[in-house]
Amino acid sequence: MSDVTRADVCAAAIADAFKDDGEIFASPMGLLPMLGVRLAKLTSNPDLVISDGESLFLAGVPPLFATGDVVEGWIPFRKVFDLVAYGKRHVMMGATQVDRHGNQNISAIGDWARPRRQLLGSRGAPGNTVNNRTSYWVPKHSTRVFVEAVDIVSGVGPQRAEQAGFAAARYNDIHRIVSNLGVFDVKGDDHSVRLLSVHPGVSVDQVREATGFELDLPADVPVTRGPTSEELVLIREMLDPKGLRFKEVPQEVAP
Amino acid sequence: MSTGPRDKQLSIDEVVAELSDGMTIGIGGWGPRRKPMALVRAILRSDLQDLTIVSWGGADVGLLARAGKIRRLVFAFVSLDSVPLEPNFQKARQEGTIPELVELDEGMFQTGLRAAAQRLPFLPMRAGLGSDVLVNQPQIKTVTSPYAGPDDVHEELVAVPALHLDVALVHLNRADRHGNATYLGPDPYFDDLFCLAADRAYVSVEQVVDTAGLTVDTPVQRLLLSRMMVTGVVETPHGAHFTTCTPDYERDERFQRAYAAAASGSDEDWAAFSSRFLEGDEASYQAAVQAFAEEGK
Repeated sequence: MSDVTRADVCAAAIADAFKDDGEIFASPMGLLPMLGVRLAKLTSNPDLVISDGESLFLAGVPPLFATGDVVEGWIPFRKVFDLVAYGKRHVMMGATQVDRHGNQNISAIGDWARPRRQLLGSRGAPGNTVNNRTSYWVPKHSTRVFVEAVDIVSGVGPQRAEQAGFAAARYNDIHRIVSNLGVFDVKGDDHSVRLLSVHPGVSVDQVREATGFELDLPADVPVTRGPTSEELVLIREMLDPKGLRFKEVPQEVAP
Repeated sequence: MSTGPRDKQLSIDEVVAELSDGMTIGIGGWGPRRKPMALVRAILRSDLQDLTIVSWGGADVGLLARAGKIRRLVFAFVSLDSVPLEPNFQKARQEGTIPELVELDEGMFQTGLRAAAQRLPFLPMRAGLGSDVLVNQPQIKTVTSPYAGPDDVHEELVAVPALHLDVALVHLNRADRHGNATYLGPDPYFDDLFCLAADRAYVSVEQVVDTAGLTVDTPVQRLLLSRMMVTGVVETPHGAHFTTCTPDYERDERFQRAYAAAASGSDEDWAAFSSRFLEGDEASYQAAVQAFAEEGK
């Protein structure tokens, strides 16, 4: 389809990050991750367990921010922590910074003792990254986000985990980084960030220029697959008819 | 003669009178959800100082930080949800006005409270390993398992220290006068754990009811607090405002936006907000909030 938007491509790429997860709790933080997870549940992985983002497991797959779906379970915060330790969970978090080794920062910018800009705090990132599969979503790929070394390590990348010992590395599993420009993992040289695909209309050079460290680049970088027509119908007519996704990834028609 | 359990009802001011400078105070709820805000506002009006505050933080932390009440803050995040970053907390951090910070992973925080509740010095946990939580909090040590695990490895885990509290402050929906209390919303958060981790616990509630009334309209499983865990009970209708207290009321988003705008504005903006809402007693706060709501209609 010629009118496929970048946001649609991102949604399908996020869905792909969850397609092989089986029956686990998919825990998306933010709008596009929520859209992608619900898309995966309606297509490639119906066994995914999803929540309302507060305390209920939802049996169906409601549109973004809809309420009133059938409830299939109870997941208050205290049980989220149990599930993190149990490991049957894949969280896709945001990232104010991500570095070459897949470390993530959502805590603060600058010196921890006296930050230039205080952000959320580390939240659950340290626990997530040493217990269950973790991915990141970056809606605006830039050298400010993709930095050589993060200011504060909230989410632990594979190299740091390995250095911290077996208990840290055992379940560390940084699966995907999806941005508005491409899809990445951390299986490059020396546990570094590797480019897996560029979105339609994006060049490899464009990704390199928007990245503040040396990316691991395969000889041939494929183009991220476009959403199928079934996925487009689900995104546009069912999950996000109001086009909320364009607030995160502005509408542009990919060639 | 029938002698039941004792009546623990107190006023807001009587609770605050039992606090003292330098205390470690745990504040229940979660972010901008079911926070004991009436008690927090009373602390703001008091001359208490040098407090250690232990909180999954929202505006409770923001307000106390802005008022210069916090000497030491134990936190995992501070957020208003619909306003992601708490402006008063941001300001305090960026200006360095909180002398001592302890930043934990949010699950470590629960484990620390559990350790205190079980009267243990620490509990082992995976969270924190490899992250800067352990770098920036060098007082937090690791512990090596005495048992061999897979590959004969003795896992080295974080020894999360007990988060012992002098006092816990929590807000629930209903309680009886003895301290048995229920939450009626979707999530208990960790209010029972805060009470168990504390020497003394004070619960404010929307409504004090007869003991029989506690289970009239809700299952017995919602009785989160037993009177053994509670020192005092305060009836504070709308006492979690402007955070959620589902199903009694949801977050007051319009008021929260006004709070966030004032907090991130000039000192004059904050002074105006403060004098309109925060400098009188709880009754005048609620009256000012009512007037603010009327303006919005």
